[in-house]
Order: sequence, then structure tokens, then C-alpha cells
Amino acid sequence: MTNQTNHLIAGLDPDIKDILVSNRREFFKNSALKLGAMASAPVLLAATAQNAFGQELPQEVVDVLVFALTLEHIEDAFYRSGLETDGLIPDEYVGIFNQIGKHEAAHVAFLSTALGSAAIERPALDLTAGGKYADALSNFDTYLTLSQTFEDLGVAAYKGQAGVVAANDDILTAALQIHSVEARHAAIVRKIGGKKPWDGAFDEPMTKEEVLAAAGPFLA
Amino acid sequence: MEIKHDTSRRRLLKWSGAAAATVAVSGTWLPNFGISAALAADLGEGDVGILNYAYALEQLEAAFYTQVTDTPYEGITDDETALLTDIRDHEVEHRDFLKGALADGAIPDLEVDFSSVDFTSRDSVLGAAKVFEDLGVSAYNGAGKLIENVDYLAEAGRIVSVEARHAAAIRELLQPDSVAFAGDDVVDENGLDVVNDPATVLAAADPFITTDVTANTLV
Repeated sequence: MTNQTNHLIAGLDPDIKDILVSNRREFFKNSALKLGAMASAPVLLAATAQNAFGQELPQEVVDVLVFALTLEHIEDAFYRSGLETDGLIPDEYVGIFNQIGKHEAAHVAFLSTALGSAAIERPALDLTAGGKYADALSNFDTYLTLSQTFEDLGVAAYKGQAGVVAANDDILTAALQIHSVEARHAAIVRKIGGKKPWDGAFDEPMTKEEVLAAAGPFLA
Repeated sequence: MEIKHDTSRRRLLKWSGAAAATVAVSGTWLPNFGISAALAADLGEGDVGILNYAYALEQLEAAFYTQVTDTPYEGITDDETALLTDIRDHEVEHRDFLKGALADGAIPDLEVDFSSVDFTSRDSVLGAAKVFEDLGVSAYNGAGKLIENVDYLAEAGRIVSVEARHAAAIRELLQPDSVAFAGDDVVDENGLDVVNDPATVLAAADPFITTDVTANTLV
């Protein structure tokens, strides 16, 4: 792990940090298998997919978009679940979480359209991460911790993939536009949690492997 | 050194009224010098031009927040002071980072004009801050596709999300516990943040920068 990623990971939930630091390899193996099984069939169709950008996308770009869509599905499901759970989100924050949830649902729709037939359905999720966050939907503090984790992770994930999609101007720009929205989300949930909206002057990227290691436990 | 420019292709960004006309004439002959460095800045071409574009915006932001923290508005809270001091420090770091990256290619220090901001007024200061932060986010989002070197793209990416965090925090100060942090005025129905091209951004920044800036290939 590089020093650059350490800076961002320092801002993540300690349990996630442990996963990344100590169990990265195993978690990546598991989550990669899950994601592989989930994504392989649609990805195979991608070669002939006519997508929202009106062109056939290189496989590596399709892979990045599927990866992004996976994260957006997790976020979308997370906010839907939270908002549907009576009494979880304090009244004064319901509007904020509605707004975030609206954006994540829009990201899912946007990326699904962009991918066309290569889009994946929402994967089965376990928001408790195998029981580690058993009170994810009953304790607002836990919910907030997970929200910050997903948002900071999303920022780092898009940042890490920008170079891969850089050859396609439209996709790069859209990815950057989603990236900064995730950063706005991260800032507000950090503030609600009584934290600074940032870790410092620079946000660091994470590789796909690092992101999957952190997100993997939330895939059922 | 031979300086030859096709003036029909060369586009001058007019940053300050009458003075710009002088630069336009001078620029035909001597686009990169012949004008006092304190009075004009040519962003340059290619990735250097993009980095200088970012550097110009970071200079503007750094100067603004330095003024904000030097002359706090009336009734500023401790939390607000802490937040705005953090943002100032970030912008100074961004500015210095870009200057270091540009090295000899960096434009000179820009002269700024914040006379339209009332630094004693919270609304005025935070209103201007909101404009600068949203503008910065849209500028980086728009410049991404113009960057050729993916290493520079990565560096810009490290900065832009911090600008977005600033934007959300400033918006939250202006409208607490509302959706303003990522309001429908900046995030569209696809969940996408604002994107602006350099011409639009530089025109918006124009009133705050005294120095004449030429952006030949960016606009």
C-alpha cells in the first residue's frame, strides 16, 4: 500500500481500514470472485452493446463502468434502505439523505443507460457486512459511518479510474461530474457526523482492488 | 527568439476593460513578454496551459481566503473560522503545488480585485466563496478532457474533489440542514455536477482578477 492511499484510508471507518490493511488479499479474492460471477455475462455482451454514448466502448472502459455501477448500486440500495426504515434518520437530516439517495439512483440509471446491454442488475447486498454492522439500519451513528465510508470510497474509486477512461472525453467528463457529486455527499455526511468535511488539501485515489476489498463485504 | 502568431486563430481573453485592448495589440507582437509580468499572464499551450489555468484559479482562491481569514467578517464563529482557515490552507497548498509543478512555465502572480466583496459581511464573503468553489469544481470537471498527460489528470483529480468538499461545506454554512450542499442548481437530473469550459470559467473569474490573462488555446 502506498503512502498516498494511506492518507485517504485514514479517514475511513477503522474496520474497513483493518480489512484493507490486514486482509486485503483474501477480501479481494472473495469480492473479485463475486463481482466476476456477477459481471461476466453482461460484460461479454458489451462488444456489441450500443450504449448511451452511441459507440462501442473498449472492454477496459466497460469494465470501469460496470465497476462504477456496482458501487452506485450499493450506495443506491444503502440510501433506499435507510430512508425506508422508520425512525433511523433524524427528521432534520431526512431531506439531505433524500437528496443523496436521489443522486445515487440517478447515477445507477445514468451508468445503466451508458452501458446498455452490458449493465448489471443490482447485486444482492448485505449492509451489515456479515454481521459486522448488525445495527446498520437501527443505529444512526452506524448508518452515518457507513455512509461516509461509501461516499469517501466512491470519491477515491472514481479518482482511481479516471486515467482508464481518459481516452473517451464524454465518459471521462461524466465520471468527473459524478466524482465531484460524491465528494459533496462525503462532505455533508462527515459534517453531520461532527467531522471535518475533508482529510486535507488533497484527496487520494484508490485502486479498483482496494475499493473492492472495502466494498466486497457488503456484497451478499 | 522568433515570435509569430496567426492573430485570426489567436484568441485573447479580455480580463479587464481598456487595459485588455493594450494587451491585445501588444500581444500580437510579443505575446509572452514585452508587457510587465505584473500586468499580464499568458497561460500557454497544451497541458501547461491547463495547469496554468488551474494555477490562476487557485491563486484567486488562495488570495480570497487569505483576505477572509486576515479580516474576519462580523460575528464569525469559531467553527466558521476553523473551516475557513482549513480552506485557506488547502488553496494555498493547491496554489503552491501547481506552481511547483509548472516550475519555469508558471504564470506570474496575479493581481486580484475583491472590491465587490464586503469582507465585513458574512453573506457577502460566503456568497463569494460559494461562487469560487462551484466555479472551481466546474472548471476542473471541464478541463479533465483537455489534459493529455494522465499523470496531470490524476493530480487535478486529487484537487477537484477537495474543491467539491469546500463547495458543499460553504453551501451548508449558507443554508444549514438543507439540500444546498449538492442542490439542484449544481447537480442535474442525471446526478452530474456542473461542468464549464475555460472560456466560461475565465469570464466568470474576470471581475476578480486585475491582471490581463491570455488563454490562446483554451478558449
